[in-house]
Amino acid sequence: MDTKNVMIVGVGGQGSLLASKLLGKVLLAGGYDVKVSEVHGMSQRGGSVVTYVRFGEKVFSPVIDRGQADLIVSFELLEAARWTEYLKPGGTVIVNTQRIDPMPVITGAAAYPQGLEEAMAAAGVRVDAMDALALAEQAGSAKAVNLVLMGRLSRYFDFPQEAWLQALAQSVPEKFLEMNKKAFVLGAQA
Amino acid sequence: MKQLILGNEAVARGLYEAGCAFVSSYPGTPSTEITEAAAKYPEVYAEWAPNEKVAMEAAFGACLAGRRSFCGMKHVGLNVAADPLFTIAYTGVNAGLVIGVADDPAMHSSQNEQDSRHYARAAKIPMLEPSDSAEALAFTKMAYEISEAFDTPVLLRMCTRISHAQSVVDTAERVEVRKSYQKDIGKYVMMPANARGRHPVVERRTAELIRYAEDSPLDRVEPGRDHTIGILTAGTAYQYVKEVCADTYPVLKLGMVWPLPVEKIRSFAASVDKLVVVEELDGFLESHCRDLGLKCVGKEWFGPIGELSPLAVAARLGKPWSVGPKTQAQIPARPPVMCAGCPHRGLFYTLHKLKLTVLGDIGCYTLGAVPPLAALETCICMGASVSGLHGFSKALEGAADDHTVAVIGDSTFIHSGITGLVNTAYNESKGTLIILDNSITGMTGHQQNPTTGFNLKGDPCAKIDLETLCRAVGIRRVRVVDPYDLRQCEAAVREELAAPEASVIISRRPCALLKYVKHKAPLAVDRDRCVGCKACMKIGCPAISMAAGKARIDTTQCVGCGVCGQLCRAEALKEA
Repeated sequence: MDTKNVMIVGVGGQGSLLASKLLGKVLLAGGYDVKVSEVHGMSQRGGSVVTYVRFGEKVFSPVIDRGQADLIVSFELLEAARWTEYLKPGGTVIVNTQRIDPMPVITGAAAYPQGLEEAMAAAGVRVDAMDALALAEQAGSAKAVNLVLMGRLSRYFDFPQEAWLQALAQSVPEKFLEMNKKAFVLGAQA
Repeated sequence: MKQLILGNEAVARGLYEAGCAFVSSYPGTPSTEITEAAAKYPEVYAEWAPNEKVAMEAAFGACLAGRRSFCGMKHVGLNVAADPLFTIAYTGVNAGLVIGVADDPAMHSSQNEQDSRHYARAAKIPMLEPSDSAEALAFTKMAYEISEAFDTPVLLRMCTRISHAQSVVDTAERVEVRKSYQKDIGKYVMMPANARGRHPVVERRTAELIRYAEDSPLDRVEPGRDHTIGILTAGTAYQYVKEVCADTYPVLKLGMVWPLPVEKIRSFAASVDKLVVVEELDGFLESHCRDLGLKCVGKEWFGPIGELSPLAVAARLGKPWSVGPKTQAQIPARPPVMCAGCPHRGLFYTLHKLKLTVLGDIGCYTLGAVPPLAALETCICMGASVSGLHGFSKALEGAADDHTVAVIGDSTFIHSGITGLVNTAYNESKGTLIILDNSITGMTGHQQNPTTGFNLKGDPCAKIDLETLCRAVGIRRVRVVDPYDLRQCEAAVREELAAPEASVIISRRPCALLKYVKHKAPLAVDRDRCVGCKACMKIGCPAISMAAGKARIDTTQCVGCGVCGQLCRAEALKEA
């Protein structure tokens, strides 16, 4: 098989590292060669962040380049629009419709663009939009947006839900496990 | 067992399996997780040293005593440790010594993108460069074999995309290595007479290492179908080449990037029509080829700036590549910012308000240079704020002392700020230094340091008293402020700038992201009181924005620090 590519994008601090760790574990258990590329350090401080997850028979590059992504999971609306050039033709964006203003918008130096979902669709992107924040709050914490979106992502794979939940149990502390499981299941059902 | 782990964690696993017993490092992106992961193995003693020079000297001491040892750092850390590096290149080792250095092409979290390979050549020691986690583990173990076989420290070069990429490794058991220390003055006392004896040993060693490289599986040829092009590459660049070309062209993949083989490269070049060197940053391998009189193409295609990418390689090697759809929308940038509740914010607001000249340093607080505060004007290297303030003051004969300060974090002050402050006191300049003490090494992801009272393993330990330390070097005016209290900050800064001698203000409050910090409830906006004056927006807090002409607080981010409330004359920002 060709190498498949999933990008997880969002705002530093939203929990994309845990999301990519979870996906990486599921893919490894599924028998694939896997590479997961993260960025640490300064950009994690509220900046735009991206994680690359690649899997197949043999994966070389640790990063995904423009035109290569099968799927982009975006934790925030503006970030989804930022990365569309990385999609393959016919690629899909799973997007949390939550809006987080970047500092240039907060200071008034730039405007948060309107109609981003429509603009992405008009550019030929398949947009799978959801209010992940509402579901995360329903699960018990606004911070669980990452698990809600991973739940939604799981629908694009053939792995049984048990495989995801097992990987989740290995990835989060016991005391947060139930809440995170709930968020994942809500995302998978939404 | 197959595991998916970071390149940095794979180095740590390699240290464990190789029997490494001592690790001393200073944190620095992208190298930090090597040492954090090593600390999780009970058989490996691991510590955070105050700086990279101390770490390398400690690791040398441990190898001298007969245990395999390691120190890790980012590329610029190797500048700090260059002093011991160039001389332990002469002494050699007892048990193996491996030095991990992580480069940061594209400067994801660094102040320059220097290429560490030059250090290997300059210090005349071998350097290995893995291209994924499996190689990171294997090369770490091989580095110890080379270190002991050739009596040399060995550099292990990592890069952001290898350090911070998880890929699959197979693990093995640990092998213990113990050697005994033997007194050997001629080998270990590098005074001139002895050092003159050791330099020829170093040159012979390099010649032997070149012979080793000729036969070593570290530098391997991968066959290709099309010999019109042959590619010489290593590390991250190798992965991009394979991504784009698969097995189209033959590839000479180098695992040891210094010293370099001669015959192996010559015969590879002779087997292809055109030699293409694909490497990130400087034309290091390319220079070697040119020194050998080989014609090749390298930096004229790929340039010395930033990261390579599959797309950049494809464009030059004639592989078709199309990019994805772009929307018509104008997408604003999202630069990193100080977190909501960051204790640095109140202090930088004060410096901004007083329109001071601020010499800065390395850490989260470098973000004080970002609008809207834009209150930090220099960032060079660890400690440069303190020593720079002294020179600034002396050059202007004190004329700027009433409106110039330096800012430095707690960990950075311990790393390289203390000596600058000694100079301030000893040579009598009158500047004001502000130590931003957030009780942790923040930017690299919360590492303990000598001011926190805890060691790498999280156990309680001796804690530096910053006030006493500053007084001990000769600064008489030392005071502490709470950066959440704007009035207190402003009064302290005004008073110290007016004082006729050097002073230190310690701005003390723990990082808002620390787990043990108890936060207040988020503030709420009283929409009847809010007049939409945007005074609260001046501090650049990511939790505050404007909606329909009134302030809005994002309650998922706000930690109730109350700094914005002190700016609100309408008293519209209050505890909910």
